Parts: sequence; structure tokens; C-alpha cells
Amino acid sequence: MLHNSMTEKQLYANIKSGGENSLFTTYEIIFQQLINGLIQGSFYALVALGFSMVYGIIKLINFAHGDIYMTGAFISFVAFSIIASFSEGVVGVVLAVIASMLLCAAIGFSIQRIAYKPLFDAPRLSLLITAVGVSLILQNTVMVITNGQFMFFHSAIDNMAGVRFGENIGISFLEIAMMLITAVLMIILTLFISKTMWGKAMRAISTDKDACRLMGINVSKVIGLTFMIGSALAAIAGGMAVIYYGQVHFFMGYIIGMKAFTAAVIGGIGSIPGAMVGGLLLGLLEAAGTQLIGSEWKDVFAFGILIAMLIFRPNGIFGKTTIERM
Amino acid sequence: MAEVILKVENLQAHYGKIAALDGISFEVGSDQIVTLLGSNGAGKSTTLKTISGLMSASAGKVTFFGEDITKLHSHEIVQRGMIHLPEGRRIFKDLTVLENLELGSFTLKDDAERKRRIKDVFDRFPRLGERQKQLGGTLSGGEQQMLAIGRGLMAKPKLLLMDEPSMGIAPLIVKDISNIIRKLHAEGTPILLVEQNSKMALGLADYGYVLDTGKIVLEGKGSDLINDENVTKAYLGVGES
Ligand SMILES: Nc1ncnc2c1ncn2[C@@H]1O[C@H](COP(=O)(O)OP(=O)(O)O)[C@@H](O)[C@H]1O
Ligand SMILES: [Mg+2]
Repeated sequence: MLHNSMTEKQLYANIKSGGENSLFTTYEIIFQQLINGLIQGSFYALVALGFSMVYGIIKLINFAHGDIYMTGAFISFVAFSIIASFSEGVVGVVLAVIASMLLCAAIGFSIQRIAYKPLFDAPRLSLLITAVGVSLILQNTVMVITNGQFMFFHSAIDNMAGVRFGENIGISFLEIAMMLITAVLMIILTLFISKTMWGKAMRAISTDKDACRLMGINVSKVIGLTFMIGSALAAIAGGMAVIYYGQVHFFMGYIIGMKAFTAAVIGGIGSIPGAMVGGLLLGLLEAAGTQLIGSEWKDVFAFGILIAMLIFRPNGIFGKTTIERM
Repeated sequence: MAEVILKVENLQAHYGKIAALDGISFEVGSDQIVTLLGSNGAGKSTTLKTISGLMSASAGKVTFFGEDITKLHSHEIVQRGMIHLPEGRRIFKDLTVLENLELGSFTLKDDAERKRRIKDVFDRFPRLGERQKQLGGTLSGGEQQMLAIGRGLMAKPKLLLMDEPSMGIAPLIVKDISNIIRKLHAEGTPILLVEQNSKMALGLADYGYVLDTGKIVLEGKGSDLINDENVTKAYLGVGES
């Protein structure tokens, strides 16, 4: 299935890479880059949310978070290869991603309990170094299992099927579904944070843990839940990445971790709406940068934005508190 | 005193190696306002933090309604009805007044009951009702103190521990706070009141203890302590009205 559409996919990829190709009109390019930016931005936003929630609640820049995304991608891949024997269509893929989401929530929770919790009262630097260690453990585990190779993913989902607007531009059903899923997840999370007692407790804990304890809130349970939610969101992003890009690699979490961190800083680290807006904005800015400067400068461009933000607006768009120096 | 509901025996607490409480004992009865007085650094806040489980006791015993709660976590102690209003009010500045109140009843599952309690708080403090959508941080000091008390009442306390409710409050408003405390007591809530403002506290309390560097050095009926010149001179400084 995927094989048949390879040539078309390449053409498509050509458009996506920003095509220094005069075949496309300015309008087509802008439209295509907008889609690219939103897709990439959805990945960034979903990962940035976990970054920001964890930072908000325990002031940890969780360097292992990008690797949860990678683990989520890997588990989705493995789960699908098991499920595919009886269901290889959309249902199988969705089941695989859900399995990955649940497993990653459990992994995120366990990491928090085993690696981070004993250090909550230690200097922040110990926690930060531990997070780097956890990141290496996750990467190396998957590296050993996969022999450090790229794993290729084939599902019955056709990334070419979709809505076309004219000859050269279009949006696939998969892309529409991914954006919808991201939007729905953001809405659910926003409602959870603003309407439920646990969501309110989560926000309150980020400002004053002891006051929360005095309200009868089991602070360590809420911290555990925060890690579970953040990890589940990263796993969904990872699962979607497998389906969309068709491959898994043990190092794939590194760059997106950095990008999601950038997105969280743009939005104001610790802020949930900030992570959403920051992620989408970074995706769009990168797409614009790719188009204007060239895709080989994409990462330089993104980290340039990070540096500029840290210098000129370290509190980000929605952030209030100043960032502590590590 | 009707029934002893809080009994503190030989309580000790440390910050690292430094002792902050050097074996203190006292009691609160079900119909009482008991005050714990002492100058800055005497160990008043440490006493409340150790009782409510924010800090762990290094020795001694805390009994609440007959149950040994010395080793329990704060959130478990809250479930038993002991509500500690910490020093400096500690309201959630980024949450609305209403959300602050809701969190006060975190352990309550029944949303209808939560709504009823919020209404009670608004009846008691109409200012909070008018400002329910505002962020906690935008309230004045006096209003924040009302919010802190209201948030505590959301848990239907069986005992209120109040840490310096008059701190940083304009003298005029201190009278309001006194009246609130008197009213809560009249309605049947026992209160353990920690204060540096001895004049205010002794005016309210049935019984008082004076704390100095982690030890209880004096105790007596509120009315006796208030007339005892040694108290005000030696341990309390001059109460700031
Ligand atoms: N977090 C802390 N770390 C170390 N020492 C503390 C801490 N908090 C209070 N102390 C010390 O413990 C003693 C009692 O403090 P505290 O209970 O806050 O007094 P009070 O409430 O009566 O002003 C003081 O000597 C104070 O310096
Ligand atoms: Mg104090």
C-alpha cells in the first residue's frame, strides 16, 4: 500500500520540504507550509505540555521527556506489529497508540517515583542530572532492543488519501485526524485543569505545596498524576509520529525534546496554554524559516528563537514567574 | 473545659540539627480558644506545623480526638477535621477567590454540599462573594485573611489552628479579625490561636501559653496573663494594639 504511493509520496515530500521548485505558486507554498507548521507544531505542543506541567509542579526541566516521546513511538511500533496480525487498519493503529499511551503513563509515573521523588528536597541540580540519566537509560534501552537501527513502520493507513485543493496542494486525512486529535486533547486537558478539583489542585501545587497539603491534597499523588498525563500526551505524539513518518529510532526524542522545551519557553514555561500556543507557534515559525532560509537551517532557526526568547522575554508569552538559573 | 480534643505531650522538633521545640505540652478543649504567645522565633509556627503534619516531630505525641496523629501526613490529618491556617495566609494568588474556596473542601466528594459551604462563606464574608471571580493575589491584606479563613471553613473544621491572623493587617481590620474569631468560637469551633499580638490574643482566649525559644515558660487564664506585667515585658514585647 505504502509502496504503491511512493512516487507520489516523494512528490508530496518535495512540496513539504519547501520545494525550491518554481512549479508551485506562492499561495500553494504558503498553504502547504501552514499545514506543515501546524502538524509539526502539534507534535511540539503535545510534548511541550508535559515539559511545562512538570516544570510548573516541581520546577524540573525534565530532560527525559523527549525520550518518553521516543518510547511512546517505539511501544506503538511494537504494539502495532503484534496487533497487526489481526487488525492492521485504523483500528489496529489506534489500539497500538492507546496501549503505548497507557504504558508510557505507567513508565512516567514510575520514573517519577523511583528516580525523582527521593530527590525532591535535594538541590535542583541533582534532579536535573538524574533526568539526564533517565534520558540515557530510555535511549539505551531502545537502542539495545533495536540494535541502534531505524525501524520502519507500515500500516494500512494511506497518508496520500485526503482532500486536494488544486493540483499540487492538499491535506491528507491522516493530517486532519492528527490535528483534530491534538485539538481534542488540548480541549480535554484545558477542561480538566480549569474545571476539576484535581486540575485546580495541580495549579495550586505549582504555587504552594504546603498550603495544598493543609487543604487535604495528597501532593505526591497529584505530582504522580501530572507525570502520567504528560507522558501519555508525549506517547500519543510519538505514536502519531510513527504513523506519519513511518520510522522509529532510539535518538528521535532528542531533537523534539529540545524543540518542545523551546516551545514551552516561548509560551512561558509552567503555563499550559503557553505550551499549546508555543508549540503551534514554533511549528509555524519553523515552517516559515524553512521556506525563507532553507530547511537545513531549521534547527538553527528554532534554537535562535529559543536564545532570543531567553534573552528578551524569559517569561514567555504566558509566563509569570522568573526562571531560576540552574 | 468540656472535653480535651487536642493533647500535645512533650513535643520536640528540629530543623536539621537545631532544636526548635524543646518538649512542649499543652491542651485544647472542645469549647476553648487557646492561645500560644511568644516573640518572633519562639517556635509558635513550628508548633503548629508539627501538629498539622507539615513537619515531623522528633519526639513526643499529638493526640486529636483520642487518636494518635503524630505520624500522620498533613492530608490525613485534614481529613480528621484539623485545619491549619498557616502564617502569611498562603492563598493561591493565581487562582480565583472561588477556586481558592473550592480547594478548601478538596476532601469533600459531594459537589452540592461544596456549593452550600461556598454560599455560607459568602454570607459570612460578602466581600468574597463580590470578588469571587478575581484572582486571590488581587485582594487586599484583610480580604486575603478573610479568604484564608473562608478557605479553612470550607473543610468544616473540628479544630482551627490559626497562625498570626493579625500579621500585616491594618489595626482597624485586626478588630474585624478578632470579631470573626469570636464568632467562630461562639458557633462551636475550638481554636488554637498563635499570635505575637498578645493584646488581641489574650482578649479572645480562655487560656494561654507563653513560648520562649522552644519551651513553654508560662501559662494561665487569658484574663490573668493579660494583667501580668511580666508576660508583656519579658516575653511578648509590647503588643502592637
Ligand atoms: N525553615 C527553617 N529552617 C531552619 N530554621 C527555622 C526554619 N523555620 C524556623 N526556623 C527556626 O526555628 C525557630 C522557631 O521558628 P518559628 O517556629 O517560625 O517561630 P515563630 O513562629 O514563633 O516566630 C527560630 O529560631 C527559627 O529561626
Ligand atoms: Mg511564626
